[in-house]
Amino acid sequence: MTAGAVTGSGLEPTGERPGRIDAVPVRHPGRWVAVAVVAVIAALIINLLVTNAAFNWSFVFQAMVQSPVLHGLIWGTILGTVFSMVFGVVLGVVLAVMRLSENPVLRAAAFVYTWFFRAVPRLVLLSIMGTLGILWQHGLGFGVPETFARWFGSSNAALSFATINANDVFVGLIGGVVGLGLTEAAYMAEIARAGILSVDAGQTEAASALGMSRGKTMRRIVLPQAMRVIVPPTGNETIAMVKDTSLMLAVPVSAEMFFQLQAIGSRTFQTFPAEIAAVVWYLVIGTVLMIVQAQLERRFGKGFGAMTGTQQGTIARLLSFRGGMS
Amino acid sequence: MPLVHAVNVHKSFHHNEVLKGIDLDVESGEVVCLLGPSGSGKTTFLRCINQLETIDGGRIWVDGDLAGFVERGDRLHRLPDKAISTQRREIGMVFQRFNLFPHMTALENVMEAPVRVRGRGKREARHRGLQLLERVGLGDHCDHYPAHLSGGQQQRVAIARALAMDPKLMLFDEPTSALDPELVGEVLTVMRELAEQGMTMIVVTHEMGFARGVADRVVFMDGGVVVEQGEPKHVIDNPQHERTRSFLSRIKAEHDEHARAIQEGLQVERG
Ligand SMILES: Nc1ncnc2c1ncn2[C@@H]1O[C@H](COP(=O)(O)OP(=O)(O)O)[C@@H](O)[C@H]1O
Ligand SMILES: [Mg+2]
Repeated sequence: MTAGAVTGSGLEPTGERPGRIDAVPVRHPGRWVAVAVVAVIAALIINLLVTNAAFNWSFVFQAMVQSPVLHGLIWGTILGTVFSMVFGVVLGVVLAVMRLSENPVLRAAAFVYTWFFRAVPRLVLLSIMGTLGILWQHGLGFGVPETFARWFGSSNAALSFATINANDVFVGLIGGVVGLGLTEAAYMAEIARAGILSVDAGQTEAASALGMSRGKTMRRIVLPQAMRVIVPPTGNETIAMVKDTSLMLAVPVSAEMFFQLQAIGSRTFQTFPAEIAAVVWYLVIGTVLMIVQAQLERRFGKGFGAMTGTQQGTIARLLSFRGGMS
Repeated sequence: MPLVHAVNVHKSFHHNEVLKGIDLDVESGEVVCLLGPSGSGKTTFLRCINQLETIDGGRIWVDGDLAGFVERGDRLHRLPDKAISTQRREIGMVFQRFNLFPHMTALENVMEAPVRVRGRGKREARHRGLQLLERVGLGDHCDHYPAHLSGGQQQRVAIARALAMDPKLMLFDEPTSALDPELVGEVLTVMRELAEQGMTMIVVTHEMGFARGVADRVVFMDGGVVVEQGEPKHVIDNPQHERTRSFLSRIKAEHDEHARAIQEGLQVERG
């Protein structure tokens, strides 16, 4: 495999062997045109942002840190997203397992659930959450049922210790979170189902052959592997959820960032900069979430070797926006 | 009673009858090789023994316990999933495609069932797991994920994983069929050692060398029935049935073809 072999092949009969490559690169004139076009557009946008007085940046930044806005950001936007997603993911995984169960009743129930919540728009559902109190006008009793109480000769009020005014439950953050979480579960069920089905059947068989129960197989073997498929779209769902917490104004929920900024905008007649303040907050949260998502994907890709592939996938996904849902 | 006592086992998929009355006894400590053409029902039969498939007819006893059912009065009652899982713990299974858990290291694969199923302590399970990985020659690979192991190494981890449950019986379904030829030997060596240590084994394989050298008995299956069985040298060198003869000559032809291809490959490389 040395000089002798090369000479023997007759390719390089005499003289030096080829050295370092110093070639003229291929020219890409189209690329330069694209650069020029993008540069011009970027310059126009920056000019608009900086010079157009309508932006009123000092007002934007002031509005962003008003205490009702921060309060709304933490409660309605951030915690609203967290609770809705937790609700949606847990219920979604349960629904996915039901969809894949051998029990036809469970399968059908999960199907009907998904069908209903995929068809009803989020904005409509959230409005309904605000008016749902009408179904339980006399309060929602978590205590001992009335008739039951009467048998024991005690007054209703004494035993029904947890009667809550239904309007207080549904009007407000809980109503918003429940409304968003219920629809989210329908989407998450599809995502979790795809994740579970992506795991090779041989994994379940190997676990069964070791004597593992179905539940343990699901928790220890199938779901951790399904995560690789579940995490990326769940990240997208979370980012979409941040945006959709703004729909909670239909309930209405006042402890929410966009609601508060709109209120400031109409009080001060500075509607446009108040809306820009909301855009800046959504950009900040979105950026943080995209970074977290990339980290999570790396973690759940463990043991699958294709690290670079996963990372490329992440970048591709981050670049491809997901439109609003509802 | 033998360790495995299968009587008149029937199994159909829809209207396709795959097992048509299999009888097979395997004594404790015995190594039985199952031979037969593809589609003859070998895999299905192994899966019936550890109840990955439910049989339609006949009975299988493993270590004296009726698999999958309990006899009460004059009726059979199907066992609940939990009881079936308990029966499966006593049977180790090694798959053609390894089926290691890819999100766990080699050692975690081996520790998983003892800890989660048998409820052993982690330290004890780790100690035992290391011993087993050592035994299959992978003591220095315990922190590797399956994706970073060769096929032969993965299959040896899979054997260690099955042994960690201290099974009474080991089932092997073509454990070397998915391997590159140069990796077959290391897996067969581990299996041979296991046989020498007295493990009861049922092995589906096309490796005639292994069957001849290690098996106490070979069983030839075709079309869902046992065609003939006996000592390896009798069945392999002097088959009584035409179907056995044609299968064996086909296997031999494939083997020779393979050897010739390797030989030619070597010559091309040299030239
Ligand atoms: N889960 C299944 N569903 C339907 N048919 C099956 C299934 N498993 C195996 N079979 C059929 O049973 C026959 C025997 O298969 P198998 O036991 O895998 O044979 P072998 O392992 O001897 O090659 C084949 O015809 C196969 O198509
Ligand atoms: Mg097979």
